Amino acid sequence: MTQNPSSAKSNTKLPFAISMSGINKHFGLVHANRNIDLDIYRGDIHGIVGENGAGKSTLVSILYGFYTADSGTISLNGTSHHYNSTADAIAAGIGMVHQHFMLVPNFSVLENIVLGHEGGVNLTTSMTKARQMLEDLSQRFGLNVDLDAKVADLPVSLQQRVEILKALFRNASILILDEPTGVLTPQETDQLFVILRILKDQGVTILLITHKLREIMAVTDRISVMRDGAIVAHLNTAETCAEDIAHLMVGRPVLVEKQWHQCDRGEAVVKVSDLSLNGSDNEANPILSPLDFEVHAGEIFGIAGVAGNGQSELLELLAGIIPPSGGSIDYHGQRIDAKTPASPLDIKSLGVAHVPEDRHASGIILPFSAAENTILGYEDAATSGRWNMFTSPALIHERCSGLMQDFDVRPPNPHLKSSLFSGGNQQKLVLAREMSARPSILLVGQPTRGVDIGAIEFIHHQLIAMRDAGCAIILVSVELDEIMSLSDRIMVMNNGKKMGILNRDEAEVKHIGLLMAGVK
Amino acid sequence: MADIWLQFLLTIDATLRVSTPLILCAMAGIFSERSGIIDISLEGKMLLSAFAAASVAALSGSPWLGLGAAILVSMIFSLLHGFACITHRGNQVISGLAINILASGLTVTLGIALFAQGGQTPYLSSAQRFSAIPLPFADTMRQVPIIGTIYAEIISGHNLLVWLALLSVFVTSIVLYRTRFGLRLRATGEKPEAVDTAGISVTRIRYQAVLIAGLLCGIAGAYLSIAHGAGFVREMTAGKGYIALAAMIFGHWRPVPALMACLMFGFLEALAARLQGVDILFLGPIPTDLILVLPYVLTVVLLAGFIGRATPPKAIGQPYVKER
Repeated sequence: MTQNPSSAKSNTKLPFAISMSGINKHFGLVHANRNIDLDIYRGDIHGIVGENGAGKSTLVSILYGFYTADSGTISLNGTSHHYNSTADAIAAGIGMVHQHFMLVPNFSVLENIVLGHEGGVNLTTSMTKARQMLEDLSQRFGLNVDLDAKVADLPVSLQQRVEILKALFRNASILILDEPTGVLTPQETDQLFVILRILKDQGVTILLITHKLREIMAVTDRISVMRDGAIVAHLNTAETCAEDIAHLMVGRPVLVEKQWHQCDRGEAVVKVSDLSLNGSDNEANPILSPLDFEVHAGEIFGIAGVAGNGQSELLELLAGIIPPSGGSIDYHGQRIDAKTPASPLDIKSLGVAHVPEDRHASGIILPFSAAENTILGYEDAATSGRWNMFTSPALIHERCSGLMQDFDVRPPNPHLKSSLFSGGNQQKLVLAREMSARPSILLVGQPTRGVDIGAIEFIHHQLIAMRDAGCAIILVSVELDEIMSLSDRIMVMNNGKKMGILNRDEAEVKHIGLLMAGVK
Repeated sequence: MADIWLQFLLTIDATLRVSTPLILCAMAGIFSERSGIIDISLEGKMLLSAFAAASVAALSGSPWLGLGAAILVSMIFSLLHGFACITHRGNQVISGLAINILASGLTVTLGIALFAQGGQTPYLSSAQRFSAIPLPFADTMRQVPIIGTIYAEIISGHNLLVWLALLSVFVTSIVLYRTRFGLRLRATGEKPEAVDTAGISVTRIRYQAVLIAGLLCGIAGAYLSIAHGAGFVREMTAGKGYIALAAMIFGHWRPVPALMACLMFGFLEALAARLQGVDILFLGPIPTDLILVLPYVLTVVLLAGFIGRATPPKAIGQPYVKER
């Protein structure tokens, strides 16, 4: 499976744009990068794939000078470089588009691009010069952005463009993009790929970091696969397929089985009508415009949308964490509205369980043990004594052991501090806790964010099983693939508005993508 | 009529003099906080530098040496604040508070040790101070109605440091909005990650910012003891550092609005001084205490919500740590 790329192409006489060899990096006890050797051709789009925690981000951070490697060498275009800072990497011609954009939100586009590369003390003159240069650049690469717009007012796809321009403005000949499609609609992703191909044609070498196999197959020339901090294979994209890459990423064959199957749905148990939420500047800018939908027992109701279009707030509203500004939510005939809001506890007593989107912020308490975390919010299940005053450590541990077994949490040690579990196992703990209450309605946010492929399969399986058992599931995810593979019906949101509800059989990526972008 | 006009002019004149330390401190605060470092130690640094200025001026006889000492001391404490908050990522409020408490005790203790006058420094002669600079023709101009009196009473007759304070607003404005350093400084306070990934050291920018704050704060302290006053008196800053901080917030961390806020606070204080002993119709004389408390009450009222939502720099108060 492992191939040597130098034998695969004939232009070996050209020096590699990037050549890394023997790179090692430790963070405390974690060996984040092990003996990485990586050669990247000039003018290639080279993909680096791997699961969360495989060491991709560490590797590119070393290349970008953000971290210094413990050992190993880097040479760019044939000359060896030894740099200790981001500034050195930028000077060597490397540009990076970070997963979380490194832009100052209340600065203009121009100010953001110029920052750190002003070229003189006087800002006014540097701005004038930069404006000229940028107009040339945006024409050459087809990257149009209003230079005077405030970055915070731009949609994410344009902010990403600003990041690319920022790199080009610094004369980057190598561009690193870290998970660039996570925040884009399918159409925006296609547009990004068009831009990447233009950059490639102009001689820019592109390093694309991602965990999305379909995208890496679509746009790259060559692929390196990482697992557990090491590179396990170098491949030519044309000679491989998504299944092989998935196999290499996980280290075992991955069955891309269809877990979804037809299931009869019951009556509507969740009825949402005219539900709205005002923004901080009150009614001028609503976070959620009046929403209507129903969710039935025995169905998975997926909510799709680009991150930040009101799905998170909707989930918090449904869970009782924030009160609605208007409209109502009806669980099993119990009405909740602005006048009679319900606390998360009230809502829980109606048979609703909630798996929050951000498990570190609100799903678990990292310094607590696994056992303590599995009892959060369900303390009554482990109390004893006359008035249920005392919690019983033995009961808590026993309960946790049971859950760990059911949900295949590894290592199955209830005493272990939660922060020491991997993302996937932390998520399984949260799911185990919430599902253990046998809810009739389950609210799930980003169930597989930062979770390895094996755990994703397992979690999806559990969700389907819950549905089959007659649970109504509301699933919020920014991974469109996930929504499409699990949901019986899909609601698409844009800017706090319902763009439409589609049945599974009529849901099509292109159509959903347009709805996500706000086009009806 | 002429008397009221004169009273008015004198109040405005006093406003400028009272506002000077506020303006310098507010600009100091802007530099520090725009870089993301909360600086409640303006008060303590001002007190320390007031003491340093008065002591050195008294011992050496030179106001310039006094000013130098004030700036040096203030910058040293800025470095201490920076060392705690930038290098060691400590809590910025606690560090500032510690400096304030230290300043209040240290000045009195050193004062007693050096001069044995109950914590005060000796009275300074005019040669040991920055004295008023009468502008040319001030006396002749006084004869010209309105414009002449404005020139003579308000514009003329201030010491050097008053002019320096006004100049600092102009310079702060230029530095913040028209220079490379200003762009980086503002970016550091909003999103330090963006600055770091652009290849600029966040630590360096923040140290530069707190040092500039120290410089300005030192001038403010020197003004109190060797320009406006004639010696150091214990606790002579009397909360001016906090009022400057309030003015800076009131001015939304911008130089010119902050200047206006400082002038407003200064005007209230000057008015309070003028109103002492003045009879109000039917009510009799206004109690002195009530007038003196006015600026502070106003600060509370304004900060409690009158100024609306003041949006501070986003990264303020957060130590910068690279991921992992």
